[in-house]
Amino acid sequence: MIPVGFEYERAETAEHALELLAEHGDDAKLLAGGHSLLPLMKLRLAAPAVVIDIARIEGLSYIRVDGAWLAIGALTRHRDLEISPLVLEHAPLLARAASQVGDPQVRHRGTIGGSLVHGDPASDLAAVVIALGGELVIRGRREQRTLGVDEFFTGFLETAVGADELLTEIRVPCVGGTAWSFQKFNRRAQDWAIVGVAAVALNGGAGIGLVNMGATPLRATASERAVASGAGAVEAASLAADGAAPPSDVQASEEFRRHLAGVLTRRALQECGLE
Amino acid sequence: MRTRLEVNGEVHEHEHEPRLLLVHFIRDLCGLSGTNIGCDTTSCGACTVLLDGESVKSCTILAAQVDGQSVTTIEGLGTVDDMHPMQQAFHEHHGLQCGYCTPGVVLASISLLAENPDPTEREIREGLEGNLCRCTGYHNIVKAVLAAASVPGAGEIPA
Ligand SMILES: Cc1cc2nc3c(=O)[nH]c(=O)nc-3n(C[C@H](O)[C@H](O)[C@H](O)COP(=O)(O)OP(=O)(O)OC[C@H]3O[C@@H](n4cnc5c(N)ncnc54)[C@H](O)[C@@H]3O)c2cc1C
Ligand code: FES
Ligand code: FES
Repeated sequence: MIPVGFEYERAETAEHALELLAEHGDDAKLLAGGHSLLPLMKLRLAAPAVVIDIARIEGLSYIRVDGAWLAIGALTRHRDLEISPLVLEHAPLLARAASQVGDPQVRHRGTIGGSLVHGDPASDLAAVVIALGGELVIRGRREQRTLGVDEFFTGFLETAVGADELLTEIRVPCVGGTAWSFQKFNRRAQDWAIVGVAAVALNGGAGIGLVNMGATPLRATASERAVASGAGAVEAASLAADGAAPPSDVQASEEFRRHLAGVLTRRALQECGLE
Repeated sequence: MRTRLEVNGEVHEHEHEPRLLLVHFIRDLCGLSGTNIGCDTTSCGACTVLLDGESVKSCTILAAQVDGQSVTTIEGLGTVDDMHPMQQAFHEHHGLQCGYCTPGVVLASISLLAENPDPTEREIREGLEGNLCRCTGYHNIVKAVLAAASVPGAGEIPA
C-alpha cells in the first residue's frame, strides 16, 4: 500500500513548522512519529498534499520537572516515557501506560504529542493525561496558550489544536507516591485496548480516564463524583459508563464495553486503595 | 528528493518520490531483499530493521524521515560461515520454520537484548509482541533468545 503522492518538507524549528503550516494551510499535515498518520495515508484515508516532518525539531523532546509539574516535550517517544526515571518517579501511571502502547517497534517511533493530537478515543496516553488532570501547551504563530485536558478533545479524531498550530508540551502534575492503576483489556498482546481505564488517587478523590468508550477519550465524571462523596469502589465503578457512548465493532458490542468499563474501573479503584 | 542512508555500514544514496517507504528503499533501491513485507499494516513485524540500533517497522516509515540515519538489516549481521550470535542461537534452537518472519524476529531480538541484556522468558515473550510467526514457532524462538542472552555480543550490531 502506497500513499498518494505528496510534497515533503522538514521543519528545523517550531517557528519553521508554523511558517510552513501558514504557507500550505489545510493541504498540509504535520508528521511526528508517523505511526497514526502513515497507516492512514497508506490506506488512503488521509491524503495531505504536503507533509511537514517535525520529528527533527530540536528541543521538543524532553522530560523535566517544572515546579509541581512534569513537563514533557511533544516529540517525546513512548519508549522514552516508559524508561524515564523522572516519569517513573513523578507519574508512574504515565510510564506504565506508555509501556503498554502497541509493541516495542511502535514505541520506538510514536510520540506523546502525536498520540494526543490524533485524538483517537483508543489512545492510552490520552486517558492518562485526563486522569492526572494534565495541561497542553499549544503554539501558534502569534500566541501560545495552555489548555486544561478537559477542553482538549473536541470530537472524533478532533482536538483543540488548530490546523495552523503545534502542540509543544504536555504537563502533568507530579503525583509520585500516590496510588494509581492502569487497566487495559485486549485479546492479543500488542493490540489497542478494547476498553481501558487509567485511575489515580488525587486530593481525597480519584481521577479516572477511559479508553475507547466514546468518540473521544473520556473522563468518568460520575464515578469521580461518587468517589469524592465517599462511595466505595463497587458503587463508584457501577457509574463508569454513565454518559459514555461506546462503539460496537468487531472487537466488542456497546453493551460489553459498558460492562468492561465497570469491571475495569472497580479493579482500578481497588488498586488505588478504595474499599 | 534524495535520501542518504547508511545501510549495514555502507552509504546508499538514491533519488526517489517522497512517498517511498523505508522498506522499499531497502528492497528496491538498495537491492537488499532480506527484509520481508508481511502485513504492510504495522502489525506483523516481518519488515523490522534496526534504525540507529533500535527495532522499527520499515513499512511504516518514509525513507525521507530517516535521511542521514543508520539502518541494519538481516544482511548486515553474519554470513552462513560466520553467524551473528543471535543467528547462531536461532540455528541451534531451531527458532525458525518457513523463515519468513525470521529476519524481523532476529533483529527485534537483538534490539530486545540491547535494551534488556538479561531478560526473563516472560520479558522475551512480551518484548517480541510486535513480531508474528505464521508458523507459530514461538516456543523455539523464545528458547533461542534466552540462550543468546548468555552469549557475548548477541545484543550488539557487528561493527
Ligand atoms: C500497530 C500499532 C499499534 C498501536 N497501538 C497503540 C496502543 O495500544 N495504544 C495507543 O495509545 N496507541 C497505539 N498506537 C498509536 C501510537 O501510539 C501512535 O504513535 C500515536 O497514536 C501517534 O503518534 P505519532 O507520533 O506516531 O503521530 P503521527 O502519526 O506522526 O501524527 C498523528 C497526528 O497528530 C498530528 N501531530 C503529531 N504531532 C503533533 C504536534 N506536536 N502538534 C500538532 N499536531 C501533531 C499529525 O499531524 C497527525 O494528524 C499504535 C500504532 C500502531 C501502528
Ligand atoms: S510488513 Fe511491516 S509490520 Fe508487517
Ligand atoms: S517461521 Fe514461518 S512465519 Fe515464522
